[in-house]
Amino acid sequence: MRHNNYRVIHRWTRVLAAGAMGAVLGVTALTTSAGAASTPGVTSNSISIGATVPLTGPAAPGYDEIAPAMNAVFKWVNAHGGVFGRKINYTYVDDGYNPANTATLTRKLVLQDNIFADVGSLGTPTQAAVQSFLNSQKVPQLFIESGCNCWSSSKYPTSTGWEPPYTVDGKVLGSYIKKAFSGEKVGYLYQDDEFGQDVVKGLNMELPKSSVVATQTYDAATLAGPLSNQMAALKAAGAQVVVLATIPAATALAMLPAAAIGYTPQYVVDSVGADAPTVGPLLSGLTQKGGGTAAQAQAATGLLNGVITDSYFAPESETSNPWVKVEIKLLKDYAPSVYAKYGLDGNTQYGIALADTFVQALQAAGKNLTRAGLVAAIAKSGKSFVTPGYVPPSYSSSVHFGFEGEQIVKLSNTAPPAVTPSGTWIGGTPIGPIEVTSPGAGPVKKYTGKISTPPKKLVSTS
Amino acid sequence: MELFFNITLNGITEGMIFASLALALVLIFRATRIINFAQGAMGMMTTFIAFSFLNAGLNYWWAFVFILLIGFVFGSLVERVLIRPLYGKSELNPVIVSIGLLVVLEGVAGAIYGNASHGFPSAFSQSGITIGHTKVAFSHFDLFIVIAVIILMVGTLGLFRFSTLGLRMRASAFAGEIARLLGVRVGLLLTLGWGLAGIAGALAGLLVAPTSSFGPYFMDLNLVYAFTAAVIGGLESPVGALVGGLVTGLCISYVGGYLGSGLEPLGALVLLIVTLMVRPEGIFARPAARRV
Amino acid sequence: MSDAAVRRLKFPTQPLLRHLIFAVAAGVILYFVTNRLSSYNDFLLGEIALYLIALAGLSLLTGLNGQISLGHGAFMAVGAYTVALLMTHTQLNFILELVIAVAVAAFLGAVIGIPATRLKGPFLAGMTLLVALALPPIADKWSSTFGGDQGLTTLVPTAPGTLNPEEWLAWIQILGALLTLLLLANLMKSRFGRSFRAVRDDEIAASLAGIHVARTKVTAFVVSAACAGLAGAFLGLSTGVVNTGEFPLTLSIQLLAAMVLGGTGTLIGMLWGAILLVYLPQWSTSLSNHFNLGSGANAYLATIIFGAVLIVGMIAAPSGIQGGLRWVWARATHAFTSRSVQGLATSQAGPRST
Repeated sequence: MRHNNYRVIHRWTRVLAAGAMGAVLGVTALTTSAGAASTPGVTSNSISIGATVPLTGPAAPGYDEIAPAMNAVFKWVNAHGGVFGRKINYTYVDDGYNPANTATLTRKLVLQDNIFADVGSLGTPTQAAVQSFLNSQKVPQLFIESGCNCWSSSKYPTSTGWEPPYTVDGKVLGSYIKKAFSGEKVGYLYQDDEFGQDVVKGLNMELPKSSVVATQTYDAATLAGPLSNQMAALKAAGAQVVVLATIPAATALAMLPAAAIGYTPQYVVDSVGADAPTVGPLLSGLTQKGGGTAAQAQAATGLLNGVITDSYFAPESETSNPWVKVEIKLLKDYAPSVYAKYGLDGNTQYGIALADTFVQALQAAGKNLTRAGLVAAIAKSGKSFVTPGYVPPSYSSSVHFGFEGEQIVKLSNTAPPAVTPSGTWIGGTPIGPIEVTSPGAGPVKKYTGKISTPPKKLVSTS
Repeated sequence: MELFFNITLNGITEGMIFASLALALVLIFRATRIINFAQGAMGMMTTFIAFSFLNAGLNYWWAFVFILLIGFVFGSLVERVLIRPLYGKSELNPVIVSIGLLVVLEGVAGAIYGNASHGFPSAFSQSGITIGHTKVAFSHFDLFIVIAVIILMVGTLGLFRFSTLGLRMRASAFAGEIARLLGVRVGLLLTLGWGLAGIAGALAGLLVAPTSSFGPYFMDLNLVYAFTAAVIGGLESPVGALVGGLVTGLCISYVGGYLGSGLEPLGALVLLIVTLMVRPEGIFARPAARRV
Repeated sequence: MSDAAVRRLKFPTQPLLRHLIFAVAAGVILYFVTNRLSSYNDFLLGEIALYLIALAGLSLLTGLNGQISLGHGAFMAVGAYTVALLMTHTQLNFILELVIAVAVAAFLGAVIGIPATRLKGPFLAGMTLLVALALPPIADKWSSTFGGDQGLTTLVPTAPGTLNPEEWLAWIQILGALLTLLLLANLMKSRFGRSFRAVRDDEIAASLAGIHVARTKVTAFVVSAACAGLAGAFLGLSTGVVNTGEFPLTLSIQLLAAMVLGGTGTLIGMLWGAILLVYLPQWSTSLSNHFNLGSGANAYLATIIFGAVLIVGMIAAPSGIQGGLRWVWARATHAFTSRSVQGLATSQAGPRST
């Protein structure tokens, strides 16, 4: 009898467990009630949008500033009556830069939270994972924070990039090197992923093959220590100009060990890894308070002096630029905690400019807001959006890239410095004209259009 | 040739750092037969404390000494509070608890200090020493790393070989019950083993931080390589940790330098597997140490 | 009626048949459940099923055979990449593609499992950690083959009729999970299961009893890696693309943690572990929203809580959720039976068997 009882119990635990999987989810199912009559996420007085971004984990540094900075713009818009009377509710969630998380969280945002559009989600691997899903649901996947060439595809009509494709960076930098350092030996150090490979693709379109003497790479996932071996190899190959397609941490981890072995080539750094307020503290902290002298600290930050980089909007150090003025004011007033922590740096600037582009798109889509209408409005009037970008976005029905125009910037001790909560950092001076080029084949041309200034309304209220 | 020379020097410096962290693993393994997966994260935490001290204006060397002491206290506390309840239970339990501690510490560091990496000062100049007409990839700071780790090794060896304390620790590790019967305070000595490991881990953090992207995760990879070094060295002897560290450091430097940095973990894995195939107990292990 | 006769009437004693009946019953229940769920919850259900597969294999490896792996994320990656490569380059049948993915992961399991036989407990954990770290950069290095950041696209076979894709995918994944659990449950009851346990408890005694210790350990590793391979293939289907970002070191750590929290060595406990894996990111998001800030310190709250639960759970309740449930159940039934024995002893027919 006893034995028999045991068996019964044993059996019941199993039946229970088999049903439990369903029971647990059955409960959550009750909370779901889909079925908005008109456009999902849009009511007469609100628009819900969402994004997945890395807030924790190794990929978060710097990138975790962007979404909060975007929110400052939305708060400003909401405080001024919203777009056509609709206030923007922005929900950004942490995917830790893991595409599996992105897939789940994006489905939650779309299927459960009923967002109108996915705006300002970050990363190539992460957004590639949800591109097909978002398009099948007809959800606008707007202004993806990645310079991958892959967002402009007729297969995925709602997917839209924003920043210049990395190949554009490469072409603009390459064309400058060809002119300014002609005949010199060039070496590359790049992050071995889409970003680094595409920058190199662009560089190679411009530079003669014979001038490139060495290529070195690093893997982002295993980046921890100094990139000493790579820099030693570039030195051994005799590279006089070194192009870095690196994230800010890697820029510092490359320049320091190079200086240690007395190797000081002319650096050309892609805009991703050249933000002085981000790279500067990494370089200077090293010798500042230890056994090192103030002179050594000076020398360390001095490594950035003379660095050539590219930019597609006015750098933070140009405080007299009308856009930079507006950006500082916006951040100060509508995201004071973000401003106190980071100030205006490359990442917060990026967020403000991107959110501004989205507000422009909402305005262009008109009062009767629909998902298809928004995508159509970007294709139709994207070229006339007023944004901090040097050139207007290139949007059309076939082109889903944002900016294709950049300017070469030289970091210099004589330029006005960038002042942030972390300290005072070397500023940049634009040199040469603003140039435009497509990510594909085709020349780098001088931009002849006009340069945008902040619209009156934005200026007057800020 | 200059390239090979520089890659070798980089490997030696990295190897010394792996050695100090490997020594921490060895000390804990000798004392308690546990691998502490949180050792790197503990070193990360103490380095962040040092970072706060330095930002508050404390002299570098005072901060250095304080941090080693804090490392000792930290290690001892972890043993007393988290590890002690696990003795005599499954091998899985301490693995999980130390991973839990790793997760908590990285979360706490991220919450307090943020995600971004910081610059951390080095004790001496990082500019390479000039030999002949060229600067080589070996700075005064690298020299300091080598000397500091050697002092640590010699100190540990001295403790084990020449003092009764070391003798008692070895007795507690190899035959806890008998040692207890002989009047040795086994519990205290196990704590001491963790405390000493805490010092080694804290030192590793202070030595690594200046040349890496110092943030909540900066010790993760170092711990994995230190583990490789410790296993290669046999997990029993400080000398093994030193040799294992150097072998691992050089292997990784050559793989990274000539084949690409993404393949470094694969290089370490191959090194580990080959060593275990040739000498299953590691290079410096006592063959009789196998438990039945 | 003798005890034996009662038992036979009530329920088959054959493990295979009994497990089969449970699996079919669970399948039927889940079929109706997926019909009623929203497509988002169907998606989550499918994810629970796929993590259940990986965890069940891990539970067998650690709970039954005593080997600790911190590298199962790598086996998942191998399964996922195999399916994605097959989908990109061939027109093979979907089931066949899954079978090949499982086979490739199992093969890698053997490659890693052989040197692993020389390592005990924490050493093996360290070595497998290195495996999880070493494999993904290979896919980055040869990005033209493995798709780089954008990854390789996976395609779920077209859903029949008007079925929505989330529900269809959930069915595939649930079916895979039930099949895996069925096989593993039988394996655990078989001669293999007994030798797994014997090796775990005492290698010397096991070898004296005629068990080939190394071969047994490698077998356990291969089975476990095969499960992870299938789970990885399913993860690739859920995510839509396969790239290295899906298989970070944290995945391997989370798998081991979920296994422990679920209840090491059990299969049912892995269900709790899988639910935790899928719902934890959701809970953490709502938790950090609750404390009102999307960034900064609050984003790390969930991480800290997760680690603390691991530590406290391991010290206070090492047998996990399933162990806790068993304890509660044993207490409850003990109270029930000791009362019933006095009054209802003769009339009691036990709980209804449906």
